[in-house]
Amino acid sequence: MPNLTVNGVTHAIDADPDMPLLWVLRDRLDATGTKYGCGIAQCGACTVHLDGQPVRACQTRLGDVGTAQVTTIEGVSGRVAEAVQAAWRRLDVVQCGYCQSGQIMSAIGLLSGNARPSDADIDGAMDGNICRCGTYQRIRAAIHEAARSLA
Amino acid sequence: MLNARRPNPPSARPSRRTILAGAGALVVAFRVDPKSARAATGPNLADVKAQPNAFVRIGADDTVTVVIKHLDMGQGNTTGLATILADELGADWKQVRTEFAPADAKLYNNSLMGPIQGTGGSTAVANSWFQLRKAGAAAREMLMAEAAFRWKAPVSEITVAEGVVRHAPSGRQARFGELAASAATLPVPTEPRLKDPGEWRLIGQTVPRLDSVAKTDGTAVYSLDIRRPGQVTAVVARAPRFGATVKAFDAAAARRVAGVVDVVQVPTGVAVLARDTWSAMKGREALAVTWDDSTAETRSSEAILAEYRERAKGPGLTASGRGDPQAALKGAAKVIEAEFTFPYLAHAAMEPLNATIERAADGGYDVYAGFQFQTVEQATMAAILGVTPDRVRLHSNWAGGSFGRRATPTADYLAEAATVLKASGEKTPVHLVWTREDDMAGGYYRPTVLHRVRAGIDGKGAVVGWDHVMVGKSIMIGSPFEAMIVKNGIDATTVEGASDTPYALPAYRFGVHNAREGVPVLWWRSVGHSHTAHVMEVMIDELAHAADVDPVAYRLSLLTQAPRLAGVLRLAADKAGWSAKPQDQGRGLGVAVHESFGSYVAMVADVTAQDAGIRVNRIVAAVDVGVPVNPDVIRAQVEGAVGFALSSVLRNRITLKDGRVQERNFDAYAPTRMSEMPKVEVHIVPSRTAPTGIGEPGVPVLGPAIANAVFAATGRRLRSLPLDLSGVKGA
Repeated sequence: MPNLTVNGVTHAIDADPDMPLLWVLRDRLDATGTKYGCGIAQCGACTVHLDGQPVRACQTRLGDVGTAQVTTIEGVSGRVAEAVQAAWRRLDVVQCGYCQSGQIMSAIGLLSGNARPSDADIDGAMDGNICRCGTYQRIRAAIHEAARSLA
Repeated sequence: MLNARRPNPPSARPSRRTILAGAGALVVAFRVDPKSARAATGPNLADVKAQPNAFVRIGADDTVTVVIKHLDMGQGNTTGLATILADELGADWKQVRTEFAPADAKLYNNSLMGPIQGTGGSTAVANSWFQLRKAGAAAREMLMAEAAFRWKAPVSEITVAEGVVRHAPSGRQARFGELAASAATLPVPTEPRLKDPGEWRLIGQTVPRLDSVAKTDGTAVYSLDIRRPGQVTAVVARAPRFGATVKAFDAAAARRVAGVVDVVQVPTGVAVLARDTWSAMKGREALAVTWDDSTAETRSSEAILAEYRERAKGPGLTASGRGDPQAALKGAAKVIEAEFTFPYLAHAAMEPLNATIERAADGGYDVYAGFQFQTVEQATMAAILGVTPDRVRLHSNWAGGSFGRRATPTADYLAEAATVLKASGEKTPVHLVWTREDDMAGGYYRPTVLHRVRAGIDGKGAVVGWDHVMVGKSIMIGSPFEAMIVKNGIDATTVEGASDTPYALPAYRFGVHNAREGVPVLWWRSVGHSHTAHVMEVMIDELAHAADVDPVAYRLSLLTQAPRLAGVLRLAADKAGWSAKPQDQGRGLGVAVHESFGSYVAMVADVTAQDAGIRVNRIVAAVDVGVPVNPDVIRAQVEGAVGFALSSVLRNRITLKDGRVQERNFDAYAPTRMSEMPKVEVHIVPSRTAPTGIGEPGVPVLGPAIANAVFAATGRRLRSLPLDLSGVKGA
């Protein structure tokens, strides 16, 4: 039975190792902050961190996680995460909000490796995250604002 | 405790004691004055019925809970509706909370939809404006009366602001929570005094959205996140062609998939129930279903459009007209004849359709979803389950988008959930989940539409005649709303935005042919305006160029009787620098202006068009929505309308091949992405007119503004959507 460490807590998971991490999180651990949008790595709604790196949980098999630390929107923390969430709230980025867990996890991943991203950097890091409400202008502004607050 | 000596609130009528008292809470119920509510909405909207309503609860802990009767699918109406009530109440924004109303058409009907609780047509703020102001004002007067009684002071000396009730002469003050329980025993004022605009502290200001925190830390609950004890997840194998039915199926292999607990037939197909979503999907893959296509739609979308093209040669039913356009066109100096086609479009909200339903111990049912049409949804499920509608309790959640898809006259996916629960024996809660592919290939599209226009000008460039025919499938014909909306075969939601054009066209006819193909169609953010505005605004642009008149000036000359449209048009042109157009090669500005749902929007698009690529650099929008209740939410809705609609302007289409939908996920039907998003500037016209909505009105003008900019940039006239620079189509 594979073990899975999510947000610092280790769980024994009774599931097929082929089950995508997305469904393990949502249906076995009831960690529903990570969203299902497409199931084919087109939308980024399921973005989580594996040892700090953004990955698509719909394309990550349970059996492939191994000892990597999984971080979801419910457990993300630290200076960068706080700056990103604060900027999202200050600029009222969200509309329906369904994609925003994934947007925020991608943005934290970007700012963790690049303290002053350019617009082109933001395009590169965020183009895999679809927002059907079209909040992109505010997402871009919030990433710049979070970067300024971290400087 | 009731105290007979207590004075009544200033405008209370003691005979009306319609208190809904809660423990330690002030709950206000009252009647809307139909006259004032009607005045809020302007002409052309349905009569507002007087109904009792219950919208606010004040707790002993000072929290002010505003009850939201509408679905919030991202448009921010929880914040907007709470703003209206909280301002009249005199609450501090920090004490304001919201909760979604249950299904109750008597308490929570949409007064612009008549006796139905539902969300659509950008009506949430418009139909609630007077209702919630009165609810807030009534609660304020009750708090004031209670304070006056306690402090033995005249009520005229009591003030309420920022969550505090004060009596300045004596220096006394109280928090809402200290007064609420006693105030709740007072009569509810029926005609409370509404604040003058000069007294507003929240309306018209930027207040933080009430959903920003929960939607940025993973705690906001969508219906896909509902987890009921013992629930199973169901996915349904549906026919690959619309209208087909199950001929036979073999569930043996599906039942052997680990986690699968049951396989049952339902009217829409075969449902696989499993312990989790993934097992249900694997179980469905293992199903073998054969379909009976004898009643199915088997044509391709091209064949459907070809049929439309033939039908457009005839005049169709007359939706509106004046003068004799055909005669007028014979004498025109120049005639432009144009065809516009529009594809089926999927709503493709980020949260796929889903609902959880269970039988409760009392024999009733509890349903968890993003309800957009509560009255219809409740009645539809009740009929399937064999109970009265009140036994089906709806629990609303945040909706991960909708754009119209969650409001279907057939309550399609909720009805399906009820049939799955019933077929499974009602033993455990059932969470019906549509995968992305189910959602996208599942129909209920924006109709595919064909328009043909012949329009002509005289030697001075003035319009002399406009002959317009469209072909498309009506959303309302065949629905429970047909009798209410469809008149003489004309579905107002099909022709809106063209048959009622505000342009001063001297001879004009709008004819419509109702198509009947077997593809389910539905309202898609801005409904008929999503195509009619495009046709009108591209044609007007063509006429302006044919007349060799500036497109803004040309429009203004035809809008002398439409001051609010002219106002947003001038504002957008001014802010966009219309008079100093870019001179770069391949770059151009285009403009469009349109009224929808009582709101007025103009957009100027700055576009670079080279080779086969169209890049939208910047959108400058001007909007007039009456009183801007939440200016920042209005800006967000217009920014979002651009992001939402851009991909439909540039590439999105749902196509059928032999009746099968070809686009099934975001790879083939690709929404706008970050790198494509233009800069969007939104300018709001100051106004004291009663507010109208902004969820939809940003959408219709985007396509024509971009198409007109492509013409300015390249000299190539693209008419049909999506815009295609690669071929000669429409050019």
